[in-house]
Amino acid sequence: MKRSSWTEYQKEIADNDYYYARSCIRQNFFPGSEKAFLNIVGKDLERNIFDDPAHTSCTGIGYHSDIVPLETIMTVVARQFALMTEAGYENFTSSCITSFGIYTELLATWEEFPETEEKTRENLYKATGREFRKPKNLAHTSDVIFHHREEIASKARRKLVNAYTGEPLRVVEHIGCHYAKIFPKSGIGGSEFPYVLAGMVESWGGQLVDYPERRHCCGFGFRNYLVQANRGYSVANSHKKLESMAPYKPDFIVCNCPGCSMFLDKWQYTIAEMEGQTYGRNGCGIPVLTYEEMAGLVLGYDPWELGMQMHQVDVEPLLDKMGVEYDPSAKYLGRNGKYIGKPERAIVNSCSGDTLYKIKR
Amino acid sequence: MKHIIVVGGGIAGMQCAVEAARGGAAVTLIEKEGDTGGKLRNWHKLFPTFTPADEVLSALRHRLAREENITVKTDCEVTAVTPRKVATASGEELACDAVVLATGFALFDARVKEEYGYGIYDNVITSADLERMFNDGAVKLKSGGAPRRIAILHCVGSRDEKVCQRHCSKVCCVTGVKQAIELKKLFPSADVFNFYMDIRMFGPGYEEMYREAQEKYNIHFVRGRISEVSPTIDERLQIKAEDTLTGRPLKIGVDMLVLLIGMKADAMNASLEEASGLRRQPSGFMQPRDSFLGNVESGAEGIFYAGAVTAPKSVGESLNEGTAAARAALEWLGATHKIDSQR
Repeated sequence: MKRSSWTEYQKEIADNDYYYARSCIRQNFFPGSEKAFLNIVGKDLERNIFDDPAHTSCTGIGYHSDIVPLETIMTVVARQFALMTEAGYENFTSSCITSFGIYTELLATWEEFPETEEKTRENLYKATGREFRKPKNLAHTSDVIFHHREEIASKARRKLVNAYTGEPLRVVEHIGCHYAKIFPKSGIGGSEFPYVLAGMVESWGGQLVDYPERRHCCGFGFRNYLVQANRGYSVANSHKKLESMAPYKPDFIVCNCPGCSMFLDKWQYTIAEMEGQTYGRNGCGIPVLTYEEMAGLVLGYDPWELGMQMHQVDVEPLLDKMGVEYDPSAKYLGRNGKYIGKPERAIVNSCSGDTLYKIKR
Repeated sequence: MKHIIVVGGGIAGMQCAVEAARGGAAVTLIEKEGDTGGKLRNWHKLFPTFTPADEVLSALRHRLAREENITVKTDCEVTAVTPRKVATASGEELACDAVVLATGFALFDARVKEEYGYGIYDNVITSADLERMFNDGAVKLKSGGAPRRIAILHCVGSRDEKVCQRHCSKVCCVTGVKQAIELKKLFPSADVFNFYMDIRMFGPGYEEMYREAQEKYNIHFVRGRISEVSPTIDERLQIKAEDTLTGRPLKIGVDMLVLLIGMKADAMNASLEEASGLRRQPSGFMQPRDSFLGNVESGAEGIFYAGAVTAPKSVGESLNEGTAAARAALEWLGATHKIDSQR
């Protein structure tokens, strides 16, 4: 396969001074990833980034579930932009793929239908007394990591390489539907041959796996999951992807979207319970990483500081393969060594159920 | 002797030049490529008779060579046209009494439809590529093997609003049937699938060929578009489609995918519109003066159209238009000559 087509999809990504908008899903399920992103950008890359406690959910999940009306989400987004303006920033970076899709969609809507922007300005002013400037640069946080991927490679403590064999790790990537499927030009590599995660994988020594269902939805699909009766559709989509990727024997999956990370990880447990089917080479699950976790491992972060104990599928086989040093007994110790509880052992888990943890009571 | 310049040395332009010369005009035939023949040079056989394209082209070239009053200029690109003058990219200005535009069409670039993986996956080819492979006697997979299952996708870059090509390219349906039969003849044990929106068999013998494809050659026709092509672990192609007759999604592995690429307006049409005051249709093809009584006339005095410059056309239709445009130009010159003589 000739994969140069991604080069036709380029976008401008700001080099510094980011206004950071968090993700509802990521900060709940992968809080370590957002912390890691701030550390990587602020400390490792020495760039300026502002983590604003005043911003809210973009309400994108409610919007895509037909609960939040268009006018409402426009006003909420306008408020985020107003906060960015007030903080003196022009470069907006969003942690969530759904939010990124929302921001992209609404900016395009305002461009095409200027009267909706005027109405939104009016609504925002009436509701909050705020005014806003549109971002000069809008990027997903993976775009920011992609932009700095070579600098990260130059600071790498580890590569995405099998420490035993020296072979590149085989990585499945999943960019998430709302990253580029709505506006292909908004994503590095477009929607068909995305390169935002692939570029990171290749720059950091790994090997991308291109498998038949690469472009298929992870299964979240909003109503597929949010309406309980529809959850079979959600599992079925993840099942289709996992079945398709398994023959390629990937070492791990890396996801762009917090929702995708969650579903590709946790549905492995569900499928194993329902069907007794697992997809990992070790008879257990395939570890699923966020790109912040992948970057953090490359930069030498401690896996438990990255929050990798929050995963459904154990990451230890991958850590061993990469030669990452970690303390197995510290896995379920949170900040200040406080025990955070541990999940019941399941088929997808590879670690021994009798691990002793340094629990401080 | 009146001088007619025919711009475009494809089949319509060649036929037009011959007919204009036979009608008593001095003709200059200008072709931007190094040889005449246009797109037909790379074509293998013509529907519905499976006549070798080379046979038609040789006959046209022979006719062209026989006419003393035809000058052929190859490797010559035209930049602007008026009824009395044709400007070329080299800065030359050729005087004339009338111009026939037979600049043809461009083939749709299949890479634009990224979901089909043309230029990405080795065994995704276009209908034009397949004709070249037939000509070279080298229809095979990248690995050198013979395909066991082949899919042919209709309407790639035709009737597709997403790529701003809303028009029907007209000849792709029958080309798809023709190529399916040729592939089946070459690989009798292979399964050949045609994925289509509609099958538009508009010409004499086409419908019969379509029936023969099904009854004699057991070629499968599936009404549905392919949505996505992906590589498989065994280096085949997985295609997803919807069979709209059964209302079910479909996913199959194939060894080769042929994209029936559409005919799109040549990029030159836009500059002709600007430089020569001619009109274009929304499709980008040139607008004839009248669809019924003036379809080889441009609406500008002394400028005529022949062939696919105005719309996708078959070989037969393009040749007929070459003749019609020559006669219209000769008639117009005769009329202007009479008026000049009376003055």
